[in-house]
Amino acid sequence: MSLFESLRIAVAGLVTNRLRAVLTTLGIIIGVGAVIGLVSLGRGVELFVAQEFQSLGSNLLFVFSSRPASDTRTTIQPLSTIEADALANPTIAPSIRQVAPQYQVGGQIVAGANSFRLAISGSTPNYTSVRSWFPSLGTFITQEHVTDAARVAVLGTTIVEILYGDSTFDPVGQSVRINDRVFTVIGVMEERAAGFLGDENEAVFIPISTAQTRLDRARTRDGGFEVSVLNIQAVDESRMVAATLEIETYLNDAHGINFQGEQDFTIISQADILDSLGAITGILTAFLGMIAGISLLVGGIGIMNIMLVSVTERTREIGLRKAVGARGVDILMQFLIESVVLSVIGGGLGVLLGVMITLFAGVLVPDLALGVTTDSIILATAVSSFIGIFFGAYPASRAARLRPIDALRFE
Amino acid sequence: MFGILTRRSKNGHVATEPLERKVVIDIRGITKMYKMGDVEVHALRGVDLKIYQGEFVSIMGPSGSGKSTLMNILGALDQPTTGEFFLDDTDVSKLSEADLARVRNKKIGFVFQSFNLLKRTTALRQVELPLIYGGAPGRAKKAKAALEAVGLERRVDHLPSELSGGQQQRVAIARALVNEPSMILADEPTGNLDSRSGTEVMQIFQSLNRDQGITIVFVTHDPWIARHTNRVIMLRDGKVIADREVAEPLIAGEAERPSEADEMETMFKDAYYGGGQDEYN
Ligand SMILES: Nc1ncnc2c1ncn2[C@@H]1O[C@H](COP(=O)(O)OP(=O)(O)OP(=O)(O)O)[C@@H](O)[C@H]1O
Ligand SMILES: [Mg+2]
Repeated sequence: MSLFESLRIAVAGLVTNRLRAVLTTLGIIIGVGAVIGLVSLGRGVELFVAQEFQSLGSNLLFVFSSRPASDTRTTIQPLSTIEADALANPTIAPSIRQVAPQYQVGGQIVAGANSFRLAISGSTPNYTSVRSWFPSLGTFITQEHVTDAARVAVLGTTIVEILYGDSTFDPVGQSVRINDRVFTVIGVMEERAAGFLGDENEAVFIPISTAQTRLDRARTRDGGFEVSVLNIQAVDESRMVAATLEIETYLNDAHGINFQGEQDFTIISQADILDSLGAITGILTAFLGMIAGISLLVGGIGIMNIMLVSVTERTREIGLRKAVGARGVDILMQFLIESVVLSVIGGGLGVLLGVMITLFAGVLVPDLALGVTTDSIILATAVSSFIGIFFGAYPASRAARLRPIDALRFE
Repeated sequence: MFGILTRRSKNGHVATEPLERKVVIDIRGITKMYKMGDVEVHALRGVDLKIYQGEFVSIMGPSGSGKSTLMNILGALDQPTTGEFFLDDTDVSKLSEADLARVRNKKIGFVFQSFNLLKRTTALRQVELPLIYGGAPGRAKKAKAALEAVGLERRVDHLPSELSGGQQQRVAIARALVNEPSMILADEPTGNLDSRSGTEVMQIFQSLNRDQGITIVFVTHDPWIARHTNRVIMLRDGKVIADREVAEPLIAGEAERPSEADEMETMFKDAYYGGGQDEYN
């Protein structure tokens, strides 16, 4: 019998048992759809987190003062501009490309009737390139501003909205008061998506020298000025560890630290944060994958049940077909093709459902860049097809080997 | 393998001179034993039988005597435990699975007591089934012709659920004869039918046998039905206990079976237990 004949018989068989065919297909659709939808959701979240980190700037290390872990030392020597300059020196720290020190002062910013309390960030011009974050309006702080300790400010969009009632308002040239001193707004930073760092747009940048000398008296013993955070960019990704060591060596020496536990500073690399957050998103993906797996399992059990339940009816059908002249091969072909047709249709519709879930989730959460991945399609389709074909064809192949009379008598 | 027979039949073709007929079925020493745990059931205990081309044979016997077991072996649906089975001179016990399928397809038309039609499948498709596995061209035409032969030309598109029991059995007969088999085997084909449908089925069998010379073997419990065939084989406890020619085969539909009412009439006393005539009015 030709393949075409087998196909015709199989399709006729499916049409005859419509309900069973539809239910089986439904099982496959749900299994495949769930896997594809949930996996792309998990991937989307992972991607989102990774992108958030890219937007921090690349190859970043953060250094800030912290309480020593051991009791043998209780004093904290603040980080200073002298140290920042030294670390920026390639002969001292060859693995470091640039250092952007920041000094934060608590302050109140006022414009007209509106005011807001926040930590004012005293920054250097290279902050923008280290963090890859640039102004959308006006300019950032220049070297001249730092040298002159100029009273200029660059605002985040949230601050613009608080002070002027509209985040798209152009405040460049306006005067604001910070801790009762008049500052001129020279720029607005481009808006950043709210991420796990909180709202980064809630920020006011002024020259670091202005923060250290005009808003505060932040001299240090080494003759420099106090610094809250060092944003350090390594030369490239492979030098991150080396850069960390160079920072540690230099600061241990500068702070007179002899033992590990006595360190009064902490170095965090972007990779550290990425790792810990990656672990969380990994759990999320695994969780979603588990739900998807359960859906696939439930779908598979559904397929299995329907196939097995119909076995009595089908066994007698097989007996009859053999009684009128079907060979075992003909029977096997029919059932195999039936299962393959169901799996292909179910798999196709399942992929469609998965894509729809993905698109729908994309509409609900526009920040997630969702995409259907081929490996999830292949996995889901393969698993459910296997279940469909196995539980469709296995009982049939057993029945096909029976004597016709035993198949006809099957209860 | 030709037998010299003398056959008489009521309907005209009287064969007084010796007649050479081909042997269709030749079984020798057939036994069938079912093992059920420790218990061995001997359904057939050595059956020898020759059935010639063009014969119309009924097999009778009490329940459990092995009639169905024998029919299933003759239909190549089951294998005997021991013994030989020649069908049209081929040794069936030596055939491969695929060749057996061919034999069932081309040489045998089997009619079951319980019809065994495919669910939700039209009469035409049911009848086409053997043609599909036989790979014959012009299926629809042949299937329609077979349905016409059993008087169902107007039920071609009906599903089994839309047909009476008699009509379903006629579809099954059409399916059995569509591939022009050398014989039709039927296990209690009238067992599930009322007497009128039974008579219709017998009419079809008789005309297939008379007009097309198809060999027909069937099982029945009904002596009246058996009287329509030319030869009756009696089984008991897995053995042939009698193999007799029917003296005057009846023609289905011509001779009236004594009606049930008439038979009942003879059962009762004349008066109804003495009660009044208008008791139920
Ligand atoms: N599949 C089987 N397994 C075990 N024993 C069986 C099987 N089929 C038939 N038998 C036994 O073989 C014997 C003959 O059975 P068979 O069906 O041939 O009888 P039968 O003459 O057709 O009876 P009936 O008139 O009731 O149909 C019975 O004793 C029965 O119990
Ligand atoms: Mg029986």
